[in-house]
Amino acid sequence: MKQENPISRRRFLQSAGGIALAASPLGAPFVMAQGAPLKVGLMLPYSGTYAALATAITNAFKLYVGEKGGKLGGRAIEYVPLDDEAEPAKAVDNASRLVNRDKVDVLVGTVHSGVQMGMVKVARESGVLHVIPNAGADAATGAMCAPNIFRTSFSNWQTIHALGKVMVDKGHKSAAWISWKYAAGEEMFASFKEGYERAGGKIAKELWLPFPNVEFQALITDIAAAHPDATACFFAGGGAVKFVKDYDASGLKAKIPLYGNGFVTDGTLKAQGASAQGMYTTLHYADGLDIPKDKEFRAKYAKAYNLQPDVYAVQGYDAAQLIDIGLSAVKGDIKASKGIVAAMEGVTIDSPRGKWKMSRAHNPIQDSYLRQVVGEQNKYVAVAWKALEDPARGCKMLA
Amino acid sequence: MDPLIFLIQVLNGVQYGLLLFLVASGLTLIFGILGIINLAHGSFYMVGAYLAFSLTEKLGNFWLALAGGIVIAVAIGLALEWLVIRFLYRRDHLYQVLLTYGLILIFEELRSLVWGDDVHGVPVPPVLDFSIPLTDTLSYQVWRLAISAICVAIAFGMYWLIQRTRLGMTIRAGAHNREMVQSLGFDIGLLYRLVFALGVALAAAAGMLAAPVSSVFPGMGNQVLIISFVVVVIGGIGSVKGALVAALLIGLADTFGKVLVPQLASMVVYLLMAAVLLWRPQGLFGRA
Repeated sequence: MKQENPISRRRFLQSAGGIALAASPLGAPFVMAQGAPLKVGLMLPYSGTYAALATAITNAFKLYVGEKGGKLGGRAIEYVPLDDEAEPAKAVDNASRLVNRDKVDVLVGTVHSGVQMGMVKVARESGVLHVIPNAGADAATGAMCAPNIFRTSFSNWQTIHALGKVMVDKGHKSAAWISWKYAAGEEMFASFKEGYERAGGKIAKELWLPFPNVEFQALITDIAAAHPDATACFFAGGGAVKFVKDYDASGLKAKIPLYGNGFVTDGTLKAQGASAQGMYTTLHYADGLDIPKDKEFRAKYAKAYNLQPDVYAVQGYDAAQLIDIGLSAVKGDIKASKGIVAAMEGVTIDSPRGKWKMSRAHNPIQDSYLRQVVGEQNKYVAVAWKALEDPARGCKMLA
Repeated sequence: MDPLIFLIQVLNGVQYGLLLFLVASGLTLIFGILGIINLAHGSFYMVGAYLAFSLTEKLGNFWLALAGGIVIAVAIGLALEWLVIRFLYRRDHLYQVLLTYGLILIFEELRSLVWGDDVHGVPVPPVLDFSIPLTDTLSYQVWRLAISAICVAIAFGMYWLIQRTRLGMTIRAGAHNREMVQSLGFDIGLLYRLVFALGVALAAAAGMLAAPVSSVFPGMGNQVLIISFVVVVIGGIGSVKGALVAALLIGLADTFGKVLVPQLASMVVYLLMAAVLLWRPQGLFGRA
């Protein structure tokens, strides 16, 4: 399955083109301190349901590179984008194509957790520097952690762990849980349950739907019959919009308040309309954070793309920052992998979400914010959990 | 299970089933009469939902949007039939599957170009935007009941059109023997074009009606397509009556499957399909 052929057709054409360009008068900039540009593979779901996320990550990544004069660690950048279609079955092939055929120096991606596990496998086998700008699969910085794999986003565990304490503090001693039955949903439930039970709450009912089914009515009726104090949920995208609207239309919102992690209300508020108003969620980013870096980032992003940035953009921006820090430490020499990893480990990133530190398992140690839906914003309310660190269960680097 | 909750779950199942019927009826009509396997049917559902979103925003009124959307859907149906579908009637099913699969990709790209990749919501028409309390915690949205009523009305309308009108008689005759109807002096080409447009309009109408309770999002047609095929296969290919019964069965099976056997929720409707096909390979109301 691996493509070991050193000179593929495309690569040959590229180098031939490069020689032609170098020979022409236009080729003058080709002569640079570090020679060829640094190849950054951007493996993201540019088509399909997650296209908007892929665009936000790419935009913000390029925004940071632009701020540094088109360079990371002093090296000019050549992007090699690849649409992974959020298709786990193609993940290993796609990632190996970037690493073995296109010879990328850094592999950045992706959004979908299933695809992520394929990329992690390729990264572990090839040793290529790998930075994850979104996908939350716990294992990527847990059981599958590796020196060359870093994450600038979150683990699924982190997104909802603080929520249980928030709910108990608000007096909700019993809760129903509802989500899709797939890896992310199960990881989030495990984390929520751990946090909720430790805070003294009790899970009254666990409800699951097959992914990506959106017929919620039967289960909403089940919640109404069970009379819990509150409901906690995880859905995203179209499913999140429909669930929040259905929950409200069934009259439950006022009697059994709905909570969730931030993905339930991020990028979906316009579509959810009045149904989401007042809902509390937890996440590592929020609107109305009083952080100068965030204000600066938002202004720059809005100016460059005529669009407000979101949490995905922040994660993409930090991915570029992290690579910049790693490469700068070794003066742009991508071969000096020990030096790069040493510089990236334990680094503190000055992120729009607030400063965070890279954990020993290579995942952000970051504040989990409590947010409330006000209008079309996820307004910052409080820090729900200061410096929340993923337990990185099964990670051998911690031993 | 508490008897009241049981009744509410039955209502949930019937309500979901009726909406499924609306989508699947167009699919079974196009297959039964034109003999076309139309994989793009889910795309028409999606187009309907997006039309409801755009037109409601532009016109400020859901009902106007519904009327306008149906006109547009009929126009799309007529144009598509003339452009591509009419070349498929005498072809093997494989060609139909290839072409209509291509249409799915085209509609997905067009949707991305015209509407982008964001998720949208459509407000419930204000007149029907209230709920009836059923238990101390649960209320039922009147719009959901309205959708069911509209679906029942459409089911009766279709029955009347196909069984009781002259046009319906010609359509039925055309499904049995195309050449004979043609040699009797009927414009069979036009007839088929109308049936295809009707099928498209039914799918789009389902998408539009579902838009306020559902949301409008990329790829929403694909989920509906698969379950619609299950309905058509269980009901018997080409049978509108079969589609109605099968849709209700699936609505109930899906609802109670989720509540009673959550571990098997994703399989319940397919198990039902397998059981029906073992018992009656031609479907419940299919001609052997």
